[in-house]
Amino acid sequence: MKKSPILITLALVVFAIFPLVVKDQYYMHIAILILYYALVSQAWNILSGYSGQFSFGHAAFFGTGAYTSSILFTKLGMSPWIGLIIGAVIAAVIGLFIGYLSFRFKLRGVFFSLGTLAFAEILRIIIQNFDVFNKTLGVLIPYKPDPLMFQFSSRTTYYYIILIFAIAVTALVYYISRSKLGYNLVAIRENEDAAQSLGVNTYKNKMIAIAISASLTAIGGTFYAQYMLFIEPATTFSNDVSINILLPAIIGGAGTVLGPIVGSLIIIPIGELTTTWFGNFVGVNLMAYGVILILVMLYLPEGIVGWFQNKFGKKKSAKKNKDSSISGGEEVGTLKN
Amino acid sequence: MLTLILQSLVDGILMGGIYGLVAIGLTLIFGVMKIINFAQGALLMLGMYISYWSFIYLGINPYLSIPLSAISLFFIGALIQKTILSKMLNAPEHNQLLVTLGIMLVIENLALILWSPDFRSVKLDGFIQTLNIGGIGVNVPKLIAFIAAIVLSIALFLFLKKTMLGKAIRATSINRNGALLSGINTNRINYIAFGLGASLAAIAGSLITPFFYTSPTVGATFILKGFVVVVLGGLGNFIGAIIGGLIIGVSEALGGAFLPGSLKELMTYIIFVIVLMAKPNGLFGGKAR
Repeated sequence: MKKSPILITLALVVFAIFPLVVKDQYYMHIAILILYYALVSQAWNILSGYSGQFSFGHAAFFGTGAYTSSILFTKLGMSPWIGLIIGAVIAAVIGLFIGYLSFRFKLRGVFFSLGTLAFAEILRIIIQNFDVFNKTLGVLIPYKPDPLMFQFSSRTTYYYIILIFAIAVTALVYYISRSKLGYNLVAIRENEDAAQSLGVNTYKNKMIAIAISASLTAIGGTFYAQYMLFIEPATTFSNDVSINILLPAIIGGAGTVLGPIVGSLIIIPIGELTTTWFGNFVGVNLMAYGVILILVMLYLPEGIVGWFQNKFGKKKSAKKNKDSSISGGEEVGTLKN
Repeated sequence: MLTLILQSLVDGILMGGIYGLVAIGLTLIFGVMKIINFAQGALLMLGMYISYWSFIYLGINPYLSIPLSAISLFFIGALIQKTILSKMLNAPEHNQLLVTLGIMLVIENLALILWSPDFRSVKLDGFIQTLNIGGIGVNVPKLIAFIAAIVLSIALFLFLKKTMLGKAIRATSINRNGALLSGINTNRINYIAFGLGASLAAIAGSLITPFFYTSPTVGATFILKGFVVVVLGGLGNFIGAIIGGLIIGVSEALGGAFLPGSLKELMTYIIFVIVLMAKPNGLFGGKAR
């Protein structure tokens, strides 16, 4: 990343002036989706990409964010901006609870994945059965444009807000990846027992990762609710949501800073294009995701950015990297017992 | 009150047999290849459609189309193993999980495109739907499915214990390299194991067609329960899978009788989480693998 500040600046400029150049509302919508998926996938990346604890249940945090701000807004008239923060806090608490149960009892690998899947389902069933949450009907958020109420008359404003969110979270992930926390997480991913024996408090680090990951995912949930103005259990708490959250990071490269953005830039347009071209057939976009997922797993198991780093990053800095095998995004696949 | 409990018990046990059957396929695949197959529910759904279309177009009773769906899915399963999973055997386990997730997405959405999201059901004429035994209704198609599930598990158990091929499958599941050194073609065993796992899903699908709606997303209902049952019984443990299925079936039925709305579904996942925490190797832990 350090090598290409020009490229990063260029990308930022493109993102920043995009709404000035492109006026088409449909393309604006796609751009917002790209940034929004980059955001939630980046949040997922912190826990799953870096520490290797693959969550298949991030819908739990996403839905928590969406529902917290929306219920507080519709029932109490509280501004979703405050709801966003409360939602993030509640999601962090839920994340810590899931983390406590999972990590204290040493759920690893696929068991953790299946456990998170179950937790998301538990939350969905709870939401669907209590009147406060309008059961399966969902929550309709009345449209009254007011910046203080996180509602805007122009799509462009939504665009810039999600752009700022996505950049902030990506910067945070970059910062984490360079921090002690980041190195600890990667060490846990590569070999948890070895990390522990070297004095890394694996439990504490994983708990920090899940709390950050959960609260950032919840922020994505609040944004989704305010942008779509309608949420229901099926679009916030279902497995499909969890899958959509993890896909960009997996395709782009889990455990890399740019992976979720690259993944989102690739799969969201493909999903939207296939939906437009084959609009009569529901599910074409998900089928395309499935095909891409299979191909990436077969041929680029570390994702696009991971592959790129292995191919081009190593050559230049092979000597530097030799003594530190834990430089992010590499060798995800080598350790398996 | 007592009738209600007994009725729930009967319903739960019958449904539990089906969950067990789905789980046996999962556990067989896991036992041999150490892969948790997310696509198992989608394969079950394909089995259901084969029986459904055979019934609609050819008028074949779903029970008679079981061989058709079992054999078709055996080849589809073996094909998936050959083209995709055989290349993933040494990949990290979460990547294996993700690739089967991709397979699930492809199969389910292909079905959605081909056959629309409609819920379809088969109405069998001239067929006794419920038997009344001492005030307790026994759903006949469910009873048949339950009996078939038990017979199949016993048959599979004997096949693995007594036949050469079964022994080769078990040898591969215990130690792949050891099996290879003893002259077992482990690649072939993988095809057979995945094919068998897919057939079991298809048979379960055909068996439930007479009393369960057929739709492209029906697999999701079963795959989650399948995971729960498999973990409950211990991954790779056949008898455990059946017992796990019965536990989930009964707890769900009792939950349905006493909890409002769809809260009964909570039972399954809460049991799952507790088992994951307390006995991650399953209730009969240690024996697994």
